[in-house]
Amino acid sequence: MPPKLTLGPILFHWDADTKRDFYARIAEESPIDTVYLGEVVCSKRAPFFERYLPDIVERLERGGKTAVFSTLSEVMLPRERKMTTELCAQADRMIEVNNAAGLGAVYGRPHRIGPMMNVYNERTMAHLAARGARHIALPPELPRTVAAEMAGNARQIGVALEVQVFGRIPLALSARCFHARAHGRSKDECQFVCENDPDGLTLTTLGGDRMLAINGIQTLSYGYLNLAAEIEDMLALGIGHFRLSPHRTDMIAVATIFADRLAGRSDGPTAMQALGALGIGPFVNGFWHGLAGHLYRDQRVGTGLA
Amino acid sequence: MNRPELVCPAGTPAMLRAAADAGADAIYCGFQNATNARNFAGLNFTPNQLQDAVAYAHARGAKVLLAINSFATAGRYDLWQEAADCGAACGVDAFIVADIGVAAYIAERHAGRRLHLSVQAAASSPEAINFYCREFGVRRAVLPRILTLAEIHQLKTEIDCEIETFIFGNHGLMVEGRCSLTNYAVGISTNMDGACSPASEVHYDRNTAGVVTARLGSHVIDRFAPTEQAGYPTICKGRYCTSPRDEPYYAFEEPISLNLMEMLPALIGAGVDALKIEGRQRSRAYVSSVVTSFRRAIDAVVAGRKPELVDLVALTEGQKQTQGAFATKKWR
Repeated sequence: MPPKLTLGPILFHWDADTKRDFYARIAEESPIDTVYLGEVVCSKRAPFFERYLPDIVERLERGGKTAVFSTLSEVMLPRERKMTTELCAQADRMIEVNNAAGLGAVYGRPHRIGPMMNVYNERTMAHLAARGARHIALPPELPRTVAAEMAGNARQIGVALEVQVFGRIPLALSARCFHARAHGRSKDECQFVCENDPDGLTLTTLGGDRMLAINGIQTLSYGYLNLAAEIEDMLALGIGHFRLSPHRTDMIAVATIFADRLAGRSDGPTAMQALGALGIGPFVNGFWHGLAGHLYRDQRVGTGLA
Repeated sequence: MNRPELVCPAGTPAMLRAAADAGADAIYCGFQNATNARNFAGLNFTPNQLQDAVAYAHARGAKVLLAINSFATAGRYDLWQEAADCGAACGVDAFIVADIGVAAYIAERHAGRRLHLSVQAAASSPEAINFYCREFGVRRAVLPRILTLAEIHQLKTEIDCEIETFIFGNHGLMVEGRCSLTNYAVGISTNMDGACSPASEVHYDRNTAGVVTARLGSHVIDRFAPTEQAGYPTICKGRYCTSPRDEPYYAFEEPISLNLMEMLPALIGAGVDALKIEGRQRSRAYVSSVVTSFRRAIDAVVAGRKPELVDLVALTEGQKQTQGAFATKKWR
């Protein structure tokens, strides 16, 4: 099967019109194969976009894309439990489960396992596969050495593996909303202030380094993960699905650059140069190389650069 | 009224003996490697030490719970398997696990041995907890420190196993088992290597004005005026700058410890089966004081008396305490 380019769920609180326009362009103009839809960070945000979903799914499918529905990463409150079990109960939809709360409802039916599900080893993978998991997104912190082990096992049991290759890296979750806290509010009275920061709110250390980006209850890397130079290696390992995490930058351009890499139409330096021209970054790839995640290791010189 | 188990930490054999002597009902510990979530230099047990510890605890009526609660990593899965086999051979009373693969192994190979679901599994709903109960026969779930007392009360009625909640110690802000902050900063993974903010990456320096800078790897996590006590640099307890704020602030949480001493009657009333003290990385004196105080308080509550509230603030991080998420939804 040729490698697939996927678009992860929108992690940030974009307004409904922006999301609708974004997905319309993805449907019509992008070389993306699979689109993950749904709110995975904050259950309070979910209602805004719900009524647009059927139309978006139709447009994506008309554009030849596969739509997958992602569940919430944190499930605690009654409305979060309801959202998760109702979504997972839709037997005609492919579901990506991001919290163990969803596993019971997809039991025995083909489904996908999201990157928050902590599949770090072959035994966990085999256990989930025996209960219907057909596709697993690896945790972003997994180094190449571990991914290589996983890929060998995944092939044997017919599980597809996905790795995030672009975008800020989800690093932590909390029950507390850090966006609300930054504005001196609590989660219940947040007034959706996270909408101000469509790529996250930057946290700078007292040493002056931009280190993290907060997004509601989620904490992300400030650096943008970029594995454009590692694509051949990942393909050789047997990774079949490559996830772009949506940002406000030109995602059609990002998708085209990665699609060219997957099809062998461009090389690493060309892709890195084109991504650099988008004015985002800094780029990081440390996790894949077994280093601190905030580093970028240049394949050509083989040194770690901060 | 049910009598909950008092579950206490042991980072060393001496701490385990101190906890047993102070009246712990159960003591949790781990091996000296990546298989547990407190894999710090100088901490934890060798197999021989664990065997002796089990004998010591059992002789005093206390159970030993073995934490194998990091995430087994492909390519070195044997390490977690060996930890489970070794723990079983030492006669531990239960395993505390987070990884599905590790749970599956123990449920199959050491069937009949109690399995507890670690806080690292981040199971915060009846659906998630019941999944682990059904799949692996989990007998107890350690709840993430994100639920209110009312939510715990409700949860208890919807699950098929016992519940354990934290009552004292480090107040983790991030959902445990879902945090890669340390790995992003210094290349050591909490989930895979069992260490958060390892001491080997912590650096302090003092300038001529007496200001202390605390770093984790190359990252400044906090800076302390000469009049402030310098805290340990943990990313989620650091001070940062951000555009909506004029001054540096604790973006996640200030250095503060959980202390639910005053909530004990309510927790026990809610049907909590076990009460957990955090702090395997702390000292023997810490364990003695905290366990002794909570032993007395719990016994008083169970006997229907008003517990004597002991001041434990000197033993808390940053000398500040909170009831965190347990008391109010405003915490969120």
